[in-house]
Amino acid sequence: MSGASDRGDSRHLMTSSVATRVLGWVGLASMAVMALLGLVISPRDRIQGEAVRLLYIHVPTIWVAYGSFILTAVASALYLWRGSSREDRGRHYDRLAGAAGEVAVLFLALTLVTGMLWGRITWGVFWQWDARLTTTALMFVSYLGYLAIRNMPAEIEARSRRAAIAALLAAVNIPIVHFSVEWWRTLHQKASIRSDRNSEITGDMFATLMFSLLAFTLVAAWLMIHRYRLVRLEEIREEEGLALAVSARRAEGVNA
Amino acid sequence: MIAELLGDAARVARKDLLIEWRTRVTINQVIPLGLLVEVVFAFAFDANRSLLEQGAPGLFWVGVLFAGTLVVQRSFTVEGPEGITDALRLSGFRPGSLFLGKAAAVFVELVVLEAALLTGVVVLFDVAVSDPLLLVSTTVIGTAGFALTGAIYGALSLGVRVRETLLPLLLIPVVAPILLGGSRALEAAFGISTQPGWNWVGILTVITGVYAAIGLVAFGPLMEES
Repeated sequence: MSGASDRGDSRHLMTSSVATRVLGWVGLASMAVMALLGLVISPRDRIQGEAVRLLYIHVPTIWVAYGSFILTAVASALYLWRGSSREDRGRHYDRLAGAAGEVAVLFLALTLVTGMLWGRITWGVFWQWDARLTTTALMFVSYLGYLAIRNMPAEIEARSRRAAIAALLAAVNIPIVHFSVEWWRTLHQKASIRSDRNSEITGDMFATLMFSLLAFTLVAAWLMIHRYRLVRLEEIREEEGLALAVSARRAEGVNA
Repeated sequence: MIAELLGDAARVARKDLLIEWRTRVTINQVIPLGLLVEVVFAFAFDANRSLLEQGAPGLFWVGVLFAGTLVVQRSFTVEGPEGITDALRLSGFRPGSLFLGKAAAVFVELVVLEAALLTGVVVLFDVAVSDPLLLVSTTVIGTAGFALTGAIYGALSLGVRVRETLLPLLLIPVVAPILLGGSRALEAAFGISTQPGWNWVGILTVITGVYAAIGLVAFGPLMEES
């Protein structure tokens, strides 16, 4: 196992490094700049008024969430495909998939919450049974299931393989859910709520949106790296815990 | 090769159905529970006849979903203890045969369950069947989709201590499109809605095909370890 080499290097027993500290501070600073841009500098929207400022959280978070889901799916596929031939038995891919999955769920939750708040202001209700919303909600629950598999009490290799398969299944399921829900809603009622969403975004608003995307990406990267390292530490702890328990029992045997 | 695959699948299904026939868990426990779900809906909607009639197709599928999850749970619980999973792995059956066999047994049990539930829905919610062919096609294809998906996720949570709570969380979001399509098609079959029902049967067929293909590929890696 890679645990032995990991243990030998004390730098790896921490979740932060110089690079991630810098990344963290830059992320934090860009969040502050984003708040300034989004709340003060960017203008009100002609149609949506102040509510448009939710856009700067709502849209970047879903983009980051989608990106992270893709990362989870790719890392899971690599784990199943290449994992066994790697020296670390694919632990790297597995940790990456897990860290990306957790960040994705967090950001998707942010998207759903900001979306509901925005909906309350714009449509007068928190929730619309719109195809996109329904798909997103089901996607959120599917990936909660994925995280539940990652946390289930089982042998690590078995857990990783099942989690990887579950991640790929969830990814395959997204277009199926989206297609069926889209068809359901178009049959029942035309989606009227999108008209004002697609209005052109230009100038300061566009710049703010792009900056927000950058800021959220930095924060997501920071979170992901820390989660990755924390998972590795947990693996080391599990391994060492077992080794300690074994040697303690052996010692008992000698003393008796 | 396909004949061999299906022949072995039939053996696996026969084994599961024999266990069910001897223990009668689905018949004695799951079917009454499904009917109970329908009765509880009547309480929830204050026995409002028109509301229950409108909602009957959806309520039928919700009943199938809950009771079906228990059937899938049961189907994989019997493989859990005493190294039976290892025995199954050593049996020489292809993973594809195990997958199709497990799904087929769940399918048969669900069809019996649905016959009872449909009778319950017609009697309790006062709906009339206006298109029997659509009704049968929808339930058969939707149930096949449910059984195949259930077999994949059943194997995914096989041998895990938290299986009872994990399986519904994994399975229900995935079978949501079946619930959706099945409900819409049954609305047409019951004459509640004038919208086309057969298109939904087409969608259910596609979903069922996709999950059959996924299961045939994924069941091997799922059964390899535990």
